[in-house]
Amino acid sequence: MSLTYEEVILKYEPVLGLEVHVELNTKSKMFCGCATEFGAEPNTQTCPVCLGMPGALPVVNQKAIESSILIGLALHCSVTPFSRFSRKNYFYPDMPKNFQISQYDEPICVNGYVDVEIETEEGPKQFRVEIERVHMEEDTGKSLHVGGATGRIHGADYSLLDFNRAGIPLVEIVTKIVPGTGKYAPEVAKAYVAELRDILRSLGVSDVRMEQGSLRCDANVSLRLIGAETLGTRSETKNVNSLRSVERAVRGEMIRHAELLNRGERVVQETRHFQEDTGLTRSGRSKEQAEDYRYFPEPDLVPVEPDAAWVEILRVSLPEQPTLRRKRLQEEWSVPDKEMAAMINADALDIVEATVEFGADPTRARGWWLGEISRIANEKDVSIAELAITPVDVAEIVALVARGELTDKLARQVVEGVIAGEGKPSHVMETRGLKVVSDESALMAAIENAIAAQPETAEKVRSGHIPAAGALIGAVMKETKGQADAARVRELLLAHLGQ
Amino acid sequence: MITRSAHEMATALEAGDTTSEKLTQEHLDRIAAVDGDVHAFLYVDTEGALSQARGVDARRQSGEKVGPLAGVPLALKDVMVQHGVPTTAGSKILEGWRPPYDATVVAKLKQAGIVILGKTNMDEFAMGSSTENSAYGPTHNPWDLSRIPGGSGGGSSASLAAFEAPLAIGTDTGGSIRQPAAVTGTVGVKPTYGGVSRYGLIAFSSSLDQAGPCARTVLDAALLHEVIAGHDARDATSIDAPVPQVVKAAREGNVKGMKIGVVKELNGDGYQAGVRSRFEESLELLANEGAEIVEVSCPNFEYALAAYYLIAPSECSSNLARFDAMRYGLRVGDADGASAESVMNFTREVGFGREVKRRIILGTYALSSGYYDAYYGSAQKVRTLIMDDFKRAFNSADVLVSPTCPTTAFKIGEKANDPLAMYLNDIATIPVNMAGIGGMSLPCGLAPEDGLPVGFQIMAPAMQDQRMYSAAAALEASLLTKWGAPLLSQIPALGGSK
Repeated sequence: MSLTYEEVILKYEPVLGLEVHVELNTKSKMFCGCATEFGAEPNTQTCPVCLGMPGALPVVNQKAIESSILIGLALHCSVTPFSRFSRKNYFYPDMPKNFQISQYDEPICVNGYVDVEIETEEGPKQFRVEIERVHMEEDTGKSLHVGGATGRIHGADYSLLDFNRAGIPLVEIVTKIVPGTGKYAPEVAKAYVAELRDILRSLGVSDVRMEQGSLRCDANVSLRLIGAETLGTRSETKNVNSLRSVERAVRGEMIRHAELLNRGERVVQETRHFQEDTGLTRSGRSKEQAEDYRYFPEPDLVPVEPDAAWVEILRVSLPEQPTLRRKRLQEEWSVPDKEMAAMINADALDIVEATVEFGADPTRARGWWLGEISRIANEKDVSIAELAITPVDVAEIVALVARGELTDKLARQVVEGVIAGEGKPSHVMETRGLKVVSDESALMAAIENAIAAQPETAEKVRSGHIPAAGALIGAVMKETKGQADAARVRELLLAHLGQ
Repeated sequence: MITRSAHEMATALEAGDTTSEKLTQEHLDRIAAVDGDVHAFLYVDTEGALSQARGVDARRQSGEKVGPLAGVPLALKDVMVQHGVPTTAGSKILEGWRPPYDATVVAKLKQAGIVILGKTNMDEFAMGSSTENSAYGPTHNPWDLSRIPGGSGGGSSASLAAFEAPLAIGTDTGGSIRQPAAVTGTVGVKPTYGGVSRYGLIAFSSSLDQAGPCARTVLDAALLHEVIAGHDARDATSIDAPVPQVVKAAREGNVKGMKIGVVKELNGDGYQAGVRSRFEESLELLANEGAEIVEVSCPNFEYALAAYYLIAPSECSSNLARFDAMRYGLRVGDADGASAESVMNFTREVGFGREVKRRIILGTYALSSGYYDAYYGSAQKVRTLIMDDFKRAFNSADVLVSPTCPTTAFKIGEKANDPLAMYLNDIATIPVNMAGIGGMSLPCGLAPEDGLPVGFQIMAPAMQDQRMYSAAAALEASLLTKWGAPLLSQIPALGGSK
C-alpha cells in the first residue's frame, strides 16, 4: 500500500536532524602541507602524514581553525575557549591511520542557529534551525571498487585507493533536532542547506559544490504520531548531492517510514543511500548496534585555544549575512517577491549583483541573466556561471541597448555570439554587422524605395489611413536586414508622407 | 680508537689524526667481528655510512666549518625512520619497508655530519625491557652474553658497550633508554617530553615517547643531545623554547650547593642489594662534591606502573592500527577473492608478536565505551597526581635521584613468560615519562654479587635538563677518580679484538 505525502502528514509529525560536511577550501590539508585541489591524478597530493606512514605526525592547519571559527560565528555559535581533537578508531582501507582525527566531545563551536524562510500557500514562513555544534575533522581517502555489479566493496574484483582526499579539512555542522516543521519538513531541510551554502559561500571558506562533494548533507528523519512526545526511530540518509535531492530524500523517507509504521513494522536505525535516479533510498550500514569508536584525545596534537581577541577580530570581519543582503538588494533593485525568489532559485544573485556593479540597470541585468542567458544555459545543461559570458559583457550589452546601438532583438544575437566565444559584445556586434542603422540618409533611401514599390499603400497613408504604414515599415526593415530601429523608421516614414 | 669517547674521536678528526672514513671503517670492522655474538644491529648500512663519512671528510678538507660531532659514527634505534634504509621497529609487520622520508632526528644527525652506521635491535615497537620481544631475535648484553641488554633499546646500548658505536639514538616511553643504559654500564638520557622532535619516531605511546642520546660518557650524551634537540614545526607537541645548555653543564659538572632529592619510594624493598649499595656510595660521592642530599616522598608513584599500563597500551592500540597491509609492509593472505578485512586480519595475526598483541588487546579494552572512564580516564588522573608529586619534590630539591632499575641485567628467558615481573623492571623509570620531565641514567659501578653494571638515575624538572647533566658529570668525574678508569674498561673481551 503506498501512501501519498498528504496522507503521511495527516497522521505523522516529522522530526529532522541535519548533518552537513563541508570541505574547506584551504590551500593545504588539515594536518599536512599537501595540496587540496579537486580532480588531480590519484595519489599525487599525498605525503607521509596523510598516507599514515609510520612515524609521521599531524600538525593543525591554522587556516582551517580560522575558517571553522568564522563558520561558527556566522551561525551565531559560541566559540569554545578550549577544544580538542580526538581519535575516532575504526578500520577501513581508505583511512590511512585506521583512525580519523576528529573533534568529539570538545568541539570548536557550539549552540547556534540559522533562520530560514520558505514560501508556503499562506505566504513566506520562517523557521529557526538550531545548531548543536561545529567541529573539525579530516576527510578519508576514496575507494573505487572495480568489477562486481554494485560498485560496492562486496563482490568487487579489486579496489583502488586514492588518498588525495585523505586529510582534506572538513567541518561538520550538526543541527539539534528540528521539530515543528510539519508538512514543510522537506522544504525546511532544503532551505536550511541552501542558506548554509550561501553563508559558507559568503565567508569564502568552501567551494560549497554539492555535486563535487565539497558540501555533503546527511538527512536524519524520524516520524512520530501527531501529538506524541517520544521521538521515532531515525534513518540517516547519505549521498544527497543536490538541494533538490535534500527535499526529495526527506519527503521519500517520510513516506517510507509512514508506510512501515502503518503496517505495524518498525523503522530500522541505519544509514540509507539516496538514489538520484529513483529518488528512493537503499539500505546501508545498520546503526542498531552503536559502533564503539574508542574515542580518546589525540595525543599528537595540543588543544585548540583560540585567543579571545582574535575571535573578536574575526567576528567583526564577518561579511553581510546572506538573508540581510538579499533583503537589501531586493529593496535597492525594487524586485517583486516572486522575481526575487526566481533569482535566488536560479542562483543568479551574485552574478546579477556583479553586473549591476559594472553599471547595468538592475532590472535589465536581471532580465538578461534570467531570460535569454538562462534559456541558453538550460539548453546546454550548464549553470549560467559556467557560460562564457561575464557580468562585464552583460553590462556592456545593456549599455549598447540603452544607447540605441542595439535593439533587444539584435542584443540577443550578441549574447549568443559572446557565449559562442566570438569575443566581447562590441566586437561581436561589429563582426556580425548587427549595429542599428541610424544613418538617416540610408534609412530615407530605403523609405523612398518602399514607397516606390508600393505607391498605393503610400497613398493610403497620405490620406490618413495610418495603420497601412505597417507594410511600408516592414519593407524598410527587410531592406535594412532588421538593423534599423523600427520606431525611428515609422517616424521618418510618417513625416515623409505628411502625417 | 673505537674505545675512546665520541668527543675524543671528534677531537682526533678535527686535528686530522684520523678521517671519518677510517673511523667508520674501524667500527664496521668491529661490528663484523662481534655482532654475531651481540646482535645489536638489525641492519648495517655499510655503503651509506662510508659514503656519508667520505662526504664529511671532504667537507672538512675543503675548510668548511663542521659540527662538533661531524664524522663520528652512530647507531640508530630501528624505531627511527631513515630515508631508504630498512626500518622495522623490531617487527615482522614492517619487514622490507624502506621509509620515503627522514625523521627530524635523522635529518639533524645528517646535517651535523654524524655517520649513521645502521639500525639497532629493539623490542617490537619498543614494547619490552629486554629486547627479547624483537621479531628478529634478542640482543645479548656484552657484559654477559647470556643476559639481556635491557629494552626496548637494548641494541643501541649494547652497541655502545660492545664498542660497535660511540653514540646511539634511543627512545624512551617508560625507560627504554635509561634501563638499557643501566644494565650495560652506559649513559642514556630521556630529555624533557617535547625537547626532541618525535617526527619520524614510529609511535608506541605518543604522549610518553621521547627520543634521546645514548653514549659512553656524560659529555658525549650532552653533545649528541644538543644536535638532536630543538623545536620542530612538524611535531605539534614539540616545545618552542631554547634548548637547555646541556653541553655547558656537562663540561662544568658542578653540584656545589645543589639539593639532591632521594625519592623514598624508589629505593628499598624489591631493589637488589648491590644496586642499593652502589647507589648509596654514589650519594656519598655527590655529598663529598658539595651537594646537599635530602629525602623526598612521591606517594603517588605507587600507581605509576598501573596507570602506565593503561595509557601506553591504549595509545598503542590506536597507533598500531595503521599497520594493515594496505599501503606498506607485510601483506599476508592476499589470495584471489580475499577481502581487505581478511588480509588485514591475517597480516596483523602473523605480523605482530605476542607482547604487541597483548598490549593492543589491553588498550582496545581500556578505551572501550563503558570502560574508558574507569581505565583511561583514571590513568590520566593518576598522571596528574604524579606530576603534582614531582612538583612538590622539586620544591625541595633541584634534581631527584634513584637507582635506574631494581636489579642488574637478568638472564635471557628468565622473565619472558612473566610479563608482570618484566613490567616491574621499569618501576623507577616510568614516573618520569608520566610527568613528561627529563631523566637520565649513568653507570655507578658493578653490583658486588654478580659483577654487573648498576645505573644511577637523575631526574630534573621539564626543560631543566642541564641540571641532571651537571649532577651526572660531577658524579662521573668522582667515580672515574675512584675507579681510575672507565667502568667499561672492565667489560670482558668479546670475540673480536678490542
